[in-house]
Amino acid sequence: MLATIIQRAVMQGTPLLFGSTGEILTEKSGHLNLGIPGIMYVGAISGVAGAFLYEQSTAMLNPFLAVFIPLICCLIGSMFMGLIYCFLTVTLRANQNVTGLALTTFGIGIGNFFGGSLIKLVDTDVPSISLSTTSVIFKTQIPFANKMGWFGDVFFSYGFLVYVAIIVALISSYVLNKTRVGLHLRSVGESPETADAAGINVTKYKYVSTCIGSAIAGLGGLYYVMDYANGVWSNNGFGDRGWLSIALVIFSVWRPSLSILGSILFGFLYVIPTYIPNITVSTKILFEMLPYVVTILVLVITSIRDKKENQPPASLGLAYFREER
Amino acid sequence: MNKLTNAVWNCFGKASIHIAKRDDIAWWKSWIIRVISVVMALIVCGFLTVALTDLNPIDVYVTMIKGAVGTPRLVWNLLQNTAILLCVSLAVTPAFKMRFWNIGAEGQVLIGGLATATCMIFLGEVVPGPVLIPMMFVISVIAGAFWAFIPAFFKARFNSNETLFTLMMNYIAIQIVAYFTLEWSVPKGSGTPRTLEFGQLPMLFGQKYLINIIVVILITVLMYIYLKYTKQGYEISVVGESENTARYIGINVKKVILRTMAISGAVCGIAGFLLVAGTDHSLKSDTAGGRGFTAIMVSWLAKFHPGFMVLTSLLIVFLEKGASKISEVYRLNSSFSDIITGIIIFFIIGSEFFINYKIKSNRKSKEEN
Repeated sequence: MLATIIQRAVMQGTPLLFGSTGEILTEKSGHLNLGIPGIMYVGAISGVAGAFLYEQSTAMLNPFLAVFIPLICCLIGSMFMGLIYCFLTVTLRANQNVTGLALTTFGIGIGNFFGGSLIKLVDTDVPSISLSTTSVIFKTQIPFANKMGWFGDVFFSYGFLVYVAIIVALISSYVLNKTRVGLHLRSVGESPETADAAGINVTKYKYVSTCIGSAIAGLGGLYYVMDYANGVWSNNGFGDRGWLSIALVIFSVWRPSLSILGSILFGFLYVIPTYIPNITVSTKILFEMLPYVVTILVLVITSIRDKKENQPPASLGLAYFREER
Repeated sequence: MNKLTNAVWNCFGKASIHIAKRDDIAWWKSWIIRVISVVMALIVCGFLTVALTDLNPIDVYVTMIKGAVGTPRLVWNLLQNTAILLCVSLAVTPAFKMRFWNIGAEGQVLIGGLATATCMIFLGEVVPGPVLIPMMFVISVIAGAFWAFIPAFFKARFNSNETLFTLMMNYIAIQIVAYFTLEWSVPKGSGTPRTLEFGQLPMLFGQKYLINIIVVILITVLMYIYLKYTKQGYEISVVGESENTARYIGINVKKVILRTMAISGAVCGIAGFLLVAGTDHSLKSDTAGGRGFTAIMVSWLAKFHPGFMVLTSLLIVFLEKGASKISEVYRLNSSFSDIITGIIIFFIIGSEFFINYKIKSNRKSKEEN
């Protein structure tokens, strides 16, 4: 029973982990990207479109291509969204909140529009896209997982994207804290003027970190559709997971390594109501509030304790214009 | 290789062109830039529509206009939606002028609506209408102000990040409202929201939405006066320009933050009141319908000016209504309107750059020297 709960918590948490790792990288460059929910939708639908077209084109799926095509489509789609955001906020110095929210509207629109329209390309009576074949490949487990009892359930029972999420978070954590590139990136987020004076190419760092961050966040959407939802696209099915990822960024005080644990905790809060006996639907709704309440508590506590290393990047949300003093 | 990439990056920043801040721009020039950007956006949307649907874009735009203002009922609908969006946009404006990023309007509207619905359900049968409606109004205003006051308190006292705080408060409000919607639904637990019969706003001259529109016009005028001609409005501008200056000239910054956010939340509360008592006569978790977020764009696009906000909110609602008509007529997915709105906002956001900055060619300025 406990093993199942943990297993489901990890599966719930993985999209959030992708989203928050991406958002942390972006925020470290001083950009609050509120477009993450939209980017995750676009990542998901790009992957779905790629997989759908590939499934339509051949009778026999090549397992490698069946994973590779959606993956590449997802990365390209979500990076493109990141590029729109960068162009507007970095090059044109637009307001980050407004741009991000517009990006979310746009991205969710794209996701739901194409999610609803792709199905019209084929003559079927099925109400929604179902990519079960591709999904099975995405969900392939390590062969010996189910022979190891609870240990296998907890650690080895997931599709490969779960491990990718954890590895990406660990790599991001390493890059941010232990490398020169990470040091430069953090300095850009803390004080772009100083970074610029030190000869760091601020624009380049902002562009690269936001685009990579968006691509990582997009993978969260892909994981949700292909693995968690068994390859079935349903409009608005992704729900408010995008906003939860932004909450997770605060919860993990801008540390990708902490957000691995945070994502599992959020996933745990998400699935726990189903395991409480005799729970009513309305109480379940109140439970869904918990991740946000916990996040606010963390935000309040970190600001009261006022420790330098637990604060948001100092220039978060501010546009940088070299000639402005 | 490294040299090459650096050269590419430099193109954005300094190589052959040079970007400078404009001191001032004639108002007509800035509006020409904005109009050009909207036209360009419509052209891009036209191409997109053709690519996706093989339809004649002009037909599509005609359908769009018909869908938004084709019949008197649609016009009233358009006006009422504009009024509510305008109300929320006005609400977030004082906070934005202070550079306090209140993106929690969605939640503040919902809590205001929840307060209204609570009054309508529990006091509806006890208190007569003429007393009930003012009571509902006052309680919603207090509820909205309270919801906005929480993040403001932590911002003023501990400097918590207000953008993230208000964002999180939205989802707490949404879940609370979802909980009560379910508790109050008829039959209980079914999820069908209860129709609130007592305390509905009266019709004026046979028009259901007229009272909403009048209230919002009143708020627009008051907000304009408040921001432009009162001492408090001036204090907001000073805090927004520079907190240090404000402190130096003796403005109590904390007090201004708390007061302004309470006002911001209070006006959101009014929007919630109008939505529940005047428009929907019911409460759902999507009663605010994303307006809290759209309002941020509306307010920003209007440069925080209440007068221009009438135009920008009308533009956004017009696009939404028109695009949803397109999707209905041509049997597209209803999310088509979100894509169109998104593209148009991108273009307007982008155009602000050309209003605020000018691009000079470096070579030319050297020749001048």
